Amino acid sequence: MSQKMITAMTLFELSDKIQKKELSSSEITDAYLQKIAETDDKIGAYLTVCADSARKAAKKCDQMPPKGRLWGIPVGIKDNICTKGVKTTCASKMLEDFTPVYDATAWKSLENSGAVLLGKLNMDEFAMGSSTENSFFHPTHNPHDVSRVPGGSSGGSAAAVAAELAPYTLGSDTGGSVRQPAAFCGVVGMKPTYGSVSRNGLIAFASSLDQIGPITKDVRDNALVLDAIRGKDPMDSTSVNSDAPSALSELEKGVKGMKIALPVEFFGEGLSPDVKNSVLSAAKTFEGLGASVDYVSMPLLSEALPAYYILSGAEASSNLARFDGIRYGHRTDEYRDVEELYRKSRSEGFGREVKRRIMLGTFALSAGYYDAYYKKALQMRRMISDLYGSVFESYDLILSPTAPTVAYKLGEKTEDPMEMYLGDIYTVPVSIAGLPALSLPCGKGDSGLPVGMQLIGKAFDEATVYQAAYAYEQSEGGKII
Amino acid sequence: MSVKDFEMVIGLEVHCELSTKTKIFCSCPTSYGAPPNTQICPVCMGMPGTLPVLNRKVVEYAIKAGLATNCTINRHSVQDRKNYFYPDLPKAYQISQYDLPLCEHGWLEIGDEGTKKRIGITRIHIEEDAGKLIHDEKLGTLIDCNRCGVPLIEIVSEPDIRSASEAVGYLKKLRSLILYTGVSDCKMNEGSMRCDVNLSVRKVGECELGTRTEIKNLNSFSSVERAIESEFLRQVEEIEAGGRIVQETRRFDQESGKTSSMRSKENADDYRYFPDPDLLPILTSEEKLKELSESIPTMPDVRRMQVMEDYQLSAYDAELITADPDRTDYFAKTAKLTRYPKTAANLLIGELSEGVGRLSEAHFAGLCDLLGDGVIGSATAKKLIRELTETDADPALLVEQRGLRQITDRRLLTELAQKAVSENPKALQDFAKGKSAAVMSIVGKVMSATGGRADPTLTNTIVSEIFRQELGK
Repeated sequence: MSQKMITAMTLFELSDKIQKKELSSSEITDAYLQKIAETDDKIGAYLTVCADSARKAAKKCDQMPPKGRLWGIPVGIKDNICTKGVKTTCASKMLEDFTPVYDATAWKSLENSGAVLLGKLNMDEFAMGSSTENSFFHPTHNPHDVSRVPGGSSGGSAAAVAAELAPYTLGSDTGGSVRQPAAFCGVVGMKPTYGSVSRNGLIAFASSLDQIGPITKDVRDNALVLDAIRGKDPMDSTSVNSDAPSALSELEKGVKGMKIALPVEFFGEGLSPDVKNSVLSAAKTFEGLGASVDYVSMPLLSEALPAYYILSGAEASSNLARFDGIRYGHRTDEYRDVEELYRKSRSEGFGREVKRRIMLGTFALSAGYYDAYYKKALQMRRMISDLYGSVFESYDLILSPTAPTVAYKLGEKTEDPMEMYLGDIYTVPVSIAGLPALSLPCGKGDSGLPVGMQLIGKAFDEATVYQAAYAYEQSEGGKII
Repeated sequence: MSVKDFEMVIGLEVHCELSTKTKIFCSCPTSYGAPPNTQICPVCMGMPGTLPVLNRKVVEYAIKAGLATNCTINRHSVQDRKNYFYPDLPKAYQISQYDLPLCEHGWLEIGDEGTKKRIGITRIHIEEDAGKLIHDEKLGTLIDCNRCGVPLIEIVSEPDIRSASEAVGYLKKLRSLILYTGVSDCKMNEGSMRCDVNLSVRKVGECELGTRTEIKNLNSFSSVERAIESEFLRQVEEIEAGGRIVQETRRFDQESGKTSSMRSKENADDYRYFPDPDLLPILTSEEKLKELSESIPTMPDVRRMQVMEDYQLSAYDAELITADPDRTDYFAKTAKLTRYPKTAANLLIGELSEGVGRLSEAHFAGLCDLLGDGVIGSATAKKLIRELTETDADPALLVEQRGLRQITDRRLLTELAQKAVSENPKALQDFAKGKSAAVMSIVGKVMSATGGRADPTLTNTIVSEIFRQELGK
């Protein structure tokens, strides 16, 4: 079987081949490693490629009968997820040479299921950004048009799947960092309900918002990976065991009778017409499949963006304080006292966006300002959660665009951070409320670039989200890239 | 104006290391004295991606401390991040508690009958300890993270204390209560109990509080006492000279007995407290609270009263014995086995104040009986006791084997006494001059001659008789 054929397969198709012994893990892994070596210089998805250890792991998998559907299949992991013995940099100079001494729980779950680590994927530094242009090392390019961004912060993870440099990847999502790059790259990305997947080993950006999520070629693959990584972890007090059924088991139920809401404010100003058309067209498709679709007014959602930047900035300012040059990470070469050690190490180690957010967050928590900013943001959070709660009393799903535009050109939004932040308006409110949301491709926009739609569900109701996404995908003839 | 016109206003902050097996947020051991950086893991080292997981024993222990000090236990309590940079703080924040601590509004009582006073306890909260910095001339500053994440309770008193002796009384009482709950071993010299003093002064009769200073580096009750006396004087002198007190942290120096400025607290540090998003609120059920209060043994005050009533001990003696729960149990057991519990009490407070070693209650009781019955004298008892704490031999056996019985033979003692008197004529002369201590010097000679076995009381009587006879002649 040719490299081309192998890398075009979905996770499920590869899994079938392995079960039937028509393909070995070594063959699949080699195909991907080869493709990475040949084409990743154009995309820049990977920061570290683990060729030797991947081959060794693949060989080991081939020596044993497959245990489950992920057995022997290679995966790419975002570089803020700890992989023991493999450099984990968060795309930052601060952790340029950092090697974790333990595995993140989510990665360990995959490894125990026989996954083979291809390498670590590029991202915006410390997950702060929406275009992967904030990576200390290099930007990643959108495989559909290499002059454009892949989105962020999980740009490397999304681009890798879109460019067939990994059959599936793990990314992380705090305000849209799995969903938006999935939309820009024309692949499927899921941010699960907060607490579904352990954050142990995910290098923290905003503790109350971060979640690890799978990025895949299609919906069924995505549900499979999520099943493998979710569940309560004793190492993460915020993780939860839900008695929700496996998403895979409910996949083919269809959308007959489902009630879908469209937040009317999300379809007004600021939304690019090509994106609007694609998403509304998807809404029509859902109606055709038996669902009912209504506009619903949710004006408070516009308050989510400022609340998000305050909450995430505050938590980040605290989470990133440990990078002080004392025990690990970058330490400046010369210093006269500990103050200087701190100041220089952090000034040298962090990029501009990271510094910006740390300062914002520190300010929001500082004496005299806590009530005006952080406390208010917490109250807004409560109100937004309640708003979603009230909508979900009458609806099963909410449908919206994932991002206001298709992928833009590299360098286009780097001058104005606010412009960059505004790209998150549809994804951020969902994160604030901790709800599950999936982005899947729903057409092509201007310049033939992918458009993504976002399906948002009730807490721990990933099953309904996947169901609707699968129904749509199948009606459009299977996976769309 | 003088010192007499001023009063000191003191609040004490006490940190106790909880004696749980493992740390507060990870499963590293908490044992004292391990080689540096051998009791650490990614969590307590604050490595990227790690998360804290609360050790529930820590909560239970803290609640017990709160119950023992009459606190209200907050059924809903929150852990907050206290953010600051320091090399001994791996995450650059300490997980502590801010406005919803586990325990609040408690008190304890100090003083004896007639002088009892209540000292309020504002709050008790849980937090993690930081590491240790060691300054080495050649290598620079070394960091030992073994202590990072060791669980602490911080006990904050109301500023109700008005003297150094009240402060020490509070600390002794607090220590005793905590020892009884079993949640900490409260050893100031090992750092499992640390005390910071907050002290301000004001003119007697004033209601407003003066500016306070915080005094650290106090590692014994006597340091606390000396530091308070010294700082009180310093502040009064400063004010009388027209100066003002700077809000600052001061370090107590053992050698000089004085405090010196450590760092200025002019602008209080902004710790940017916020609830830790990695941890859930601590919710305590009524059943759990009941279970915990039932698990607390009888508290020292009650046991002190019991011991005073049952054995007619003085309040002072009872206090000394019941300060420590182990000692109280030891005494109680011994008192049941001996006919002379008061003797046991005296020896416990005296010869055995450093500890009973291996001496069993049964053999201790045996010793008390021998002493109480007059079979041996107190000098013999004191000599034996040292040995018994090491060997736990049967004292009755030793007395027989070594012929340690007290000499009560009048004839023999009179012989020896007369011999001593004739050999020491000066003693008789001194007695004639009215120096009653002369008797003791002859008694001493008789004791030496008998290897300490002469019955001292009887000998005393005999010597007095001899003296009077001689003088009568």
